Amino acid sequence: MSTAHPAAFRRLFDEIGTVDSVGIEERVAKYVTRSIKKGAKVLGLKLAVSMVDLTTLEGKDTPGKVAALCVKALHPHESLEGEGAGAAETLPPVAAVCVYPAMVRHARAALGAFSPVKIASVATAFPSGQTSLATRLAEVRTAVEDGADEIDMVINRGAFLAGEFTQVRDEISEVVEACGKAALKVILETSELETYDNIRAASFLAMETIRAGDFIKTSTGKTSANATLGNNQVMVDAIRDFYLDTGIAIGMKPAGGIRTAKQALTFLVAIKETLGDAWLTPRRYRFGASSLLNDLLRQLQKEKTGAYQAPYAFSESADSY
Amino acid sequence: MCARTPAKKTTRAARPAPELIFGDLWTFDPAPETADPRLQPRYNLYIGGKFVAPRSGKYFETINPANEKSLAEIALADASDVDVAFEAASRAFPAWSRLPGAERGKYLYRIARLLQDRAREFAVAETLDGGKPIKESRDFDVPMAAAHFFYHAGWADKLAYAFPGTQAVTPHGVVGQVIPWNFPLLMLAWKLAPALATGNTVVLKPAETTSITAMKFAEILDEAGLPPGVVNLVTGAGETGAAVVAHPLAAKVAFTGSTEVGKKIMRATAGTSKKLTLELGGKAANILFEDAPLDQAVEGVVNGIFFNQGHVCCAGSRLLVQEGIADAVLAKLKNRLKVLRVGDPLDKNTDVGAINSREQLEKIRRLVAVGVKEGAELYQPPCTLPTEGYYFRPTLFSRVQQSHRVAREEIFGPVLSILTFRTVDEAIEKANNTSFGLSAGVWTDKGSRILKMSTELKAGVVWANTYNKFDPASPFGGYKESGFGREGGRHGLADYVKLS
Repeated sequence: MSTAHPAAFRRLFDEIGTVDSVGIEERVAKYVTRSIKKGAKVLGLKLAVSMVDLTTLEGKDTPGKVAALCVKALHPHESLEGEGAGAAETLPPVAAVCVYPAMVRHARAALGAFSPVKIASVATAFPSGQTSLATRLAEVRTAVEDGADEIDMVINRGAFLAGEFTQVRDEISEVVEACGKAALKVILETSELETYDNIRAASFLAMETIRAGDFIKTSTGKTSANATLGNNQVMVDAIRDFYLDTGIAIGMKPAGGIRTAKQALTFLVAIKETLGDAWLTPRRYRFGASSLLNDLLRQLQKEKTGAYQAPYAFSESADSY
Repeated sequence: MCARTPAKKTTRAARPAPELIFGDLWTFDPAPETADPRLQPRYNLYIGGKFVAPRSGKYFETINPANEKSLAEIALADASDVDVAFEAASRAFPAWSRLPGAERGKYLYRIARLLQDRAREFAVAETLDGGKPIKESRDFDVPMAAAHFFYHAGWADKLAYAFPGTQAVTPHGVVGQVIPWNFPLLMLAWKLAPALATGNTVVLKPAETTSITAMKFAEILDEAGLPPGVVNLVTGAGETGAAVVAHPLAAKVAFTGSTEVGKKIMRATAGTSKKLTLELGGKAANILFEDAPLDQAVEGVVNGIFFNQGHVCCAGSRLLVQEGIADAVLAKLKNRLKVLRVGDPLDKNTDVGAINSREQLEKIRRLVAVGVKEGAELYQPPCTLPTEGYYFRPTLFSRVQQSHRVAREEIFGPVLSILTFRTVDEAIEKANNTSFGLSAGVWTDKGSRILKMSTELKAGVVWANTYNKFDPASPFGGYKESGFGREGGRHGLADYVKLS
């Protein structure tokens, strides 16, 4: 069995630098104080809608539920689209639906062959990744064959924490190959990496292996801690450093824990001020979320009508009514 | 192969270096703070618990540096007004100093709470009068001012325990205090809270350009029922200040401001029995080592120099960066400066507000012109400044030499001078090679180096992997021409008492 390689970490930190946790928390606290009002708010909310990877990752998912999800992805809310001819009036579809591999073909059937909404699938024994590489690769290939446009893989955290960086890279590289034309999102599962230093290190390992246009992603959403402004910042700092160094633009996807429109706007402020305008697009930034979309729609409706609508207006449970 | 190599080189050269675009894809709408500052058209002097007109009948205008519009008229106190104020303070002293500490503490707690109650109102007034971003007056100045009163309220009945081994802790008497315009309310709190907690009475003069929050604070003293004469506020310019520090009834003088004025005060008080504390200028070195976490260090450097438009005596105005990372740090700084939002101080999203006065703006312009002339390399981000008001772009000077004026003189504006060093000893030598010694910053992952630097740097405060952090319990003050005496903590308390 392999033991941890402190020297491997030290060499990597020497090369890419470390992160000060107090400093990171202080930096992101400034994003939270940004006050986004009026037109900027509407624009930000619509941008966020266009970046949502609308997700359902449950054991009880059914083809019917996935089909409903696909409709919502294409037409997030009927009263918010269409009526004005101007571009400002239209509501974009979300970026993608995100489902388990078994649901990919149902999603493809629901969306059709030429959909503006992509199909993303979590593969590689999501969320733990604890199975043989061959099985993980086979899962990726099946998902792509069934029609997935994007694959969300998990890295081998055990190998990473043991300092087996070559193994981590090699596995990512094999998944890249298995993806073919499908885009890849590499999930670092930040909550299992323990430190900001490790998150930065894992970001670089992934970025050095994947292609321009692929993503790195915070979490599976299946552990206690998910995307935070802090680990988002560490990762986008890494993306910026990597881009300025190599010219290769990697995308970013925070996932899990972003439930409110206000949170989403704060994450977008972080992107605006760290990576700039070129990343304010679904091609380079995504939100992995299930309930976020409803709050974005609720806020957009409120901006439009001046009043909050009842929860059942947004396909939410309406227990309290 | 030979034929292909040059072709490859051309394509590589043709590809532009990757750059980030900080454009207008998603611009923020104005988000002005709308709380009512409740300003009066005219402010009188506060003497003996009453708001009184100056004897000369003269008033001067105080303006909003963000748009050069008049905010209010401020009374101009002359020597005779100052005299009346000192007599009021002198009359109030016996009863105030004999009051049990716990009772004095109650007044301070009450003042702190009243300030918290009106925090938003004070923040807006502070921003209007001084030009600092509302997010700073809201999140730093006002809460920190309240914190100083809370902290010192706690000491009022525990003075015997603050100085173990002493028989008696007695106040000096009447204290003359003169404060600067960069943190008008906070500096008032730094001065008043320890003076009152220890049983002194006070005559305080706010800075000429920023008197409003001090006079609003008099309303709070009034509301708190502070006995008449314990605190007297006289407004005016340099002459008023000179009358305060030279007054025969002033047993102690405390001044925060420029080194130039500090020297004058030292001359004026020489040969008298007046106690004196001075908190003067600075030219702090922020020292960045190769092993530091760069993004957080850059953030700290930016916070160190652009906080309050650089109108901070402990601002990290000299960046000493280790050679190997100098280019990388400069590139990161430039990108960070591009997203600093300069403009209307009342906008909640503004990072850098207005320069406090035309005079200060001209001083900054003059020194920046000297920097360019002496051969330093200037960088300013391409932000648009408001057409009215006093604004200055955040500015970086790279390739600065130790002998340049921008490396030696306090600019007191949003201007950072960047120098490089190779070894630890060179960093210490350069950092200490200044007439000032107020503060310094060290950025490194190596703990032992922080300890070494903090003992060898001749500065009153050394921040490690952070900058511009304050706490009422932490003493603040300088070495050399940055002054003497401490404010905050037990050390600050000690400067307001006689120990026997």
